[in-house]
Amino acid sequence: MSFEIPIGPQHPIHVEPLMLRLSVEGELIVDVDVDVSYIHRGIEKALEVRPYIQGLYLVERICGICNAAHSLCYCLNVEQLLGKEAPPRAKYLRIVVEELSRIHSHLLWLGHYFHTLGFETLFMYFWRDRERVMDMLELITGNRVTTAYNTIGGVRRDLTPEVEQKLRRTLDYIEERMRYYEKVIDSEPTILARTQGVGILKPSDAVRLGVVGPHLRASGIKHDVRLDDPYSGHDEIPFNVITWDTCDCYARVKVRVKEVHECVNMIRYALDHMPSGDYRLKIPPFFKAPPGESLSRVEAPRGELVHYSISDGSDRPYRYRVRTPTLANLLSVVEMLKSRDGYEVYIADVPAILGGIDPCICCSARVVVADEARRRRTVMTLDDIIRISRDRGVERR
Amino acid sequence: MGLVEKFVRKCRARSPWILLFDTGACNACDIEIAACLTPRYDVERFGVLARGSPRHADILIVTGPVTRQARDRLIRIYEQMPEPKYVVAAGTCATSGGVYWGCYNTYPSLDSVIPVHAYVSGCPVKPEAILKAISILVEKIERGEV
Repeated sequence: MSFEIPIGPQHPIHVEPLMLRLSVEGELIVDVDVDVSYIHRGIEKALEVRPYIQGLYLVERICGICNAAHSLCYCLNVEQLLGKEAPPRAKYLRIVVEELSRIHSHLLWLGHYFHTLGFETLFMYFWRDRERVMDMLELITGNRVTTAYNTIGGVRRDLTPEVEQKLRRTLDYIEERMRYYEKVIDSEPTILARTQGVGILKPSDAVRLGVVGPHLRASGIKHDVRLDDPYSGHDEIPFNVITWDTCDCYARVKVRVKEVHECVNMIRYALDHMPSGDYRLKIPPFFKAPPGESLSRVEAPRGELVHYSISDGSDRPYRYRVRTPTLANLLSVVEMLKSRDGYEVYIADVPAILGGIDPCICCSARVVVADEARRRRTVMTLDDIIRISRDRGVERR
Repeated sequence: MGLVEKFVRKCRARSPWILLFDTGACNACDIEIAACLTPRYDVERFGVLARGSPRHADILIVTGPVTRQARDRLIRIYEQMPEPKYVVAAGTCATSGGVYWGCYNTYPSLDSVIPVHAYVSGCPVKPEAILKAISILVEKIERGEV
């Protein structure tokens, strides 16, 4: 006899509206149903009625945290359609901001993760250090979170020597703090008890479910778009792909902590080898793109981000499609939350496991993921789905 | 205004507990509000605590354009809050729709769904702006203007 527990859409473990329906037997979770539809806004449709340059502002607001990755992916996509390429200096500046926002995202996640585990002190520490990164982003781009730095054909501002000096000092500070945090994470019994052996995702399962990003690397698989399909000058900047093979929540923490070091080194390398010249191509604000299609991939802080567009020769895309990393990773949450033989998941582990994928629901409100494996039907027709959704609406009322 | 009521208002203004609800935001406003709670901005010095349950909260901070799916939930959360309750619309999206203006799945603004007491503009809102909005709201609560 199982009992259903709803978590969300408003719940302290996660600020974003995510609905988890857990079927539990005693303390054990046996089935999960995920609903991310609370935040569907219709961005892809809205992109079809806006000129390319206005779409840039909308794309940035798909996700506030990985906005640098989204706008970079969009710019690469439109530049591909136009057959143009950003100047070398712009590429390096894009990498600086991309990696800075990766540091900010990882610090944010680490802080938030320990907050969900109940370790408030570390939350405050991480977010205090994150403010230094936010200051740098504000200094370079003009805004703290939504940076609006990338534009079609380059970047909006140049980097001055004074800002560069401040940036280098901040990087030193972050690096020193991360060494300290690594020591804390390795030695603190609370963290080890809550993360080790929790939420195990085997490498074979990770590949089968199409998991991406740090989450995949924490399952011991070396995959990174920056390495596999370098974009925007990433082929010139050396870095290590961090992997960890314990496949649990502890691995996810370790991978992200170590990635911050890599980001710091990449920014340093980019600053040392910054090419001179223009930082932006002259492209008129309103233009028509030649007919065709293009696909661009970017390694966002949470994993592989894919943008795909079709142009019909007008000044706006005919169709625009975004595939975000969290959507790929959410399926693995369903897998990790289900108790199987020899692997037990308790309700108390839900925040640790859900938090482990760095969920960013605002990105993912595109599909409703339903798990029907334990019920009679496995394949559903469209009519079935509509009927179920209507029945649910009645239940809710 | 009686003496007792004055005393109650003064007490109320000392500990406004907040509840954050995201009705479709891009997360940027959410992380800025979360940044308010952390050491640099430290909104706790005004007695503000972030709560997980609407039944503990005095101020509801809403971020993002209201989507059709989240609307019913928002109204339910608003109804679950005990009186007196106040609502802050944080960010341009909650105030006026922002970049999502005209999207098929969003409402034009928060005040078309529930009554709003304070608007904070910005995309995303800066933590300083949130601090100011909360402190103005608290002053008004103390004077009995809202």
